[in-house]
Amino acid sequence: MKIIQKVGLGLFWGALLLFNALLFMGEFRLTDEKLQQVTSEPHYEILRHELAPVLNKTYGSSFAFVSAFDRYVSDYNLKQQENEQWNRVIWDDYTFAATKVASEGLVAQNKLLLLLLTIGLGAIGALLNLLPKYRGEPAGIKHNGVMFSSNKSRGIIGITLGVYLIGLYVLLYWFPEYIVNWALLVDPLSHMLSGQPASQWFLYGTIYTLAILVMGVRMFRKYRGNKYQLLRTSSVMFFQLSFAFLIPEILVLMNKPWHDFKNIWPLDYTFFYNYRVEGMLSSGSIGLFMFISGILLIILGVPLLTYFYGKRWYCSWVCGCGGLAETAGDPYRHLSDKSLSAWKIERWMVHSVLVFAVVMTGVTIANYFSGFGLLGQWTDTLHKWYGFLIGAAFAGVVGVGFYPLMGNRVWCRFGCPLAAYLGIVQRFKSRFRITTNGGQCISCGNCSTYCEMGIDVRWYAQRGQNIVRASCVGCGVCASVCPRGVLKLENGPQQGRINDIPILTGNESINMLS
Amino acid sequence: MKEGKPIEAFCVHSKARHVVIIGNGIAGVTCARHLRKRDSTSRITIISGETEHFFSRTALMYIYMGHMKFEHTKPYEDWFWEKNRLSLVHDWVTHIDFDKKELQLKTQDPLAYDILVLALGSQSNMFGWPGQDLKGVQGLYSYQDLENMEASTKTCQKAVVVGGGLIGIEMAEMLRSRNIPVTFLVREQAFWDNVLPPQEAELVGRHIREHHFDLRLGAELDKIIDDGTGQVKAVVTKDGEEIACQFVGLTVGVSPNIGLVRDTQLGINKGILVDEHFATNIPNVFAIGDCAEYRTPPPLRRPVEQVWYTGRMHGETLAHNLTQGPVPYQPGPWFNSAKFLDIEYQTYGLVPNKWEEPVVSFYWEHPDGKKCLRLLFDKNRRQLQGVNVFGMRLRHAFFDKALRRNVTVEEVIGKLQEANFDPEFYDRHYAEILQRFNQQFGTSLQLQKEKKRKSLWALLGL
Repeated sequence: MKIIQKVGLGLFWGALLLFNALLFMGEFRLTDEKLQQVTSEPHYEILRHELAPVLNKTYGSSFAFVSAFDRYVSDYNLKQQENEQWNRVIWDDYTFAATKVASEGLVAQNKLLLLLLTIGLGAIGALLNLLPKYRGEPAGIKHNGVMFSSNKSRGIIGITLGVYLIGLYVLLYWFPEYIVNWALLVDPLSHMLSGQPASQWFLYGTIYTLAILVMGVRMFRKYRGNKYQLLRTSSVMFFQLSFAFLIPEILVLMNKPWHDFKNIWPLDYTFFYNYRVEGMLSSGSIGLFMFISGILLIILGVPLLTYFYGKRWYCSWVCGCGGLAETAGDPYRHLSDKSLSAWKIERWMVHSVLVFAVVMTGVTIANYFSGFGLLGQWTDTLHKWYGFLIGAAFAGVVGVGFYPLMGNRVWCRFGCPLAAYLGIVQRFKSRFRITTNGGQCISCGNCSTYCEMGIDVRWYAQRGQNIVRASCVGCGVCASVCPRGVLKLENGPQQGRINDIPILTGNESINMLS
Repeated sequence: MKEGKPIEAFCVHSKARHVVIIGNGIAGVTCARHLRKRDSTSRITIISGETEHFFSRTALMYIYMGHMKFEHTKPYEDWFWEKNRLSLVHDWVTHIDFDKKELQLKTQDPLAYDILVLALGSQSNMFGWPGQDLKGVQGLYSYQDLENMEASTKTCQKAVVVGGGLIGIEMAEMLRSRNIPVTFLVREQAFWDNVLPPQEAELVGRHIREHHFDLRLGAELDKIIDDGTGQVKAVVTKDGEEIACQFVGLTVGVSPNIGLVRDTQLGINKGILVDEHFATNIPNVFAIGDCAEYRTPPPLRRPVEQVWYTGRMHGETLAHNLTQGPVPYQPGPWFNSAKFLDIEYQTYGLVPNKWEEPVVSFYWEHPDGKKCLRLLFDKNRRQLQGVNVFGMRLRHAFFDKALRRNVTVEEVIGKLQEANFDPEFYDRHYAEILQRFNQQFGTSLQLQKEKKRKSLWALLGL
């Protein structure tokens, strides 16, 4: 490793360490003024009274502050509930916002500097490490030592990283009040883009986008000379930066709802939720465009594009989840389970989630048209459970937290309802297939090993069969790592796509019935 | 399908016959799988001392390099064998009693057979060099070789690879992946020039040097020197140069692994002699794969063929013969492929390292020196004889058809886009190749128009 790469790695680790340390820094002090800033008028009147023992008191950590804040708020709420004063209960969750404004000291005073020293320096360090990779070496994919790497092969580093990522997601989804110091860091950026203070989701979006961009650069180095991979990586980097990160913030700046135009129901499971629909329909022509384009993508875009190009047009070229999996997740792609039993579980799970999403959305829409009467409670319960189980636990905690444990596509393979929908189209009505090159396969196993979706590519390649699988996201890595030029991603006529006998093995004595 | 003699005259054909296959490589396993497909009643046993389960021999290098674990190189999951009622015996066969039809095993009880299939594979050539049995000196063919290599190179500072063939360059790449400097001794004047024509050999040689290997062409091994403890210390070349090293890879080809059947009543030469149905001189004993030698080679084929693809074809054909009655082995047009470090190589048909009129050659090389295409064809009848391609991928089905139908070289050149198998978005070189052909042979060929592609853009009228 060259010195500059070591320096880069050092910077990255230093930045990460500082970033984590920030959570334990500073003091927390809520004032009357700050409380007013983050609460609604009626709630402010109640809370300034209820929180009197907390106000103007300095707490040494977010933990102490949050526990005091929550205690007084819930005491108040319990009292109201006992007295059956339901309309006086405060249902809004102010913990995150209050903790964030309460944070004082080092982080709150040095947002920009610390942003640069943590996230900024981390990104620069990573780039210094990645850019010189393979310099002076001829182009060609090198997987040397992947199976010996503690990080990439479920060693102690990989497991630690997995646990750390899982922890991050648990904090992000269920305890964001403990990471307010991180959200403070990106406040300046958020103000610049949308004019709003940063939520935990803005923080998440920033780091997510940076991860795709920086690890996208790694892809450029690793796959240099491979135009399919370079273009594909550029595409996911572009869609993440513009469609998923910048455009939604600019929409907010224009007082429009936050909206990711390339996110499609049922992956975007809240699309038909009441607040989303109302938000779009009350936002003029832009809002109407959001609504109509969203529906057109579901009923026309997905089937049509998948017919012509396979589900790859979305999963490995456009999608944000796919974008992270294909960049930051690339070092872990071989960890997916290739066994037949894993395939069985995959089919049951992913289609069950699709059914769940469809039922949940169906009830939501019925509820909307029935005037929120009969189905109101049902809808709320379904939303709660879908959001908790699928939206947060599966897509987030398992989806990314399990990268170093089960590969980079756990969510896409076992859980994504949109992938299930795209997959059904791809399997039954599409021009896309992976063609195998006659009898050239030597069964080496590189294709199956590096298939992130856990497809046993070799099973098909060694018998000269086209690979037509619902789960294939068309990343093209099987074709890239094949040492004998056996695999090729192609769009072609449907006739003969799912090819059968006889296959070409070079043998003229007999017809081979694969 | 060609009908031969009835199966009753060919082999034991009872319902409960026991077919025993020695060797679980591609030939033996393919034979077993296809036997089971066509015959649900026979008992089928596969014996191997090397590994319990079938793995891809060609992938051994990737295990050493850390691209894959051994598990990844197994083409079938472990439950596959029991499910298909293929019994596996993990043991070495020590003796075959052809009269009693019984096998002695190293650790387990003797095994009786009705039909015996020998798929014994190859072993690395050793030419009696002084010191060739020292520790740290080895070839690379078996799983045990890989384990030895792993153990011998743990503390290796420098290695020498002798022999410029496909295994040699694999071994060099393997050592390189562990940052062990390699000196590569190749007897020939250009890399693999006993197979490759000069330009291709030159191209590969350039690429080897680009990877910073110390490639010594025209260098021959004289002896290997002991460090006094039975471990290799250095090699000495025929020029008298001494090269210090702690590991020596001897990769000067392989030969049929027939130690088990030497000095028995089984007819052998270099390999086990078989007829066009893979039958040996002993009834109900057959031989396939690397260890088989054709008494009468098929047209344009060598008597011993030691590649993955021929092993597979042997297995398929013998399985057919043992179940449906014998048909002669008739391989289609030759094909092969390999990868030289980062450069892929494919060949279809016959491209020897030298040719004579009326065979003539067309050669195109990309300015970057890493891609090339060679077509050999008959000057008068214009029909294609073979193709070599480096750094690009070509479609097997296209060339299989072209070679069987005696298609002209002009037709192939005009249909390169159909023949191409490169990934999407890769640079296409059809026009340059065609132009070069026109220049060289004074023709005025034009690229056949690509069929109008069906796409979303076309649908939208764009």
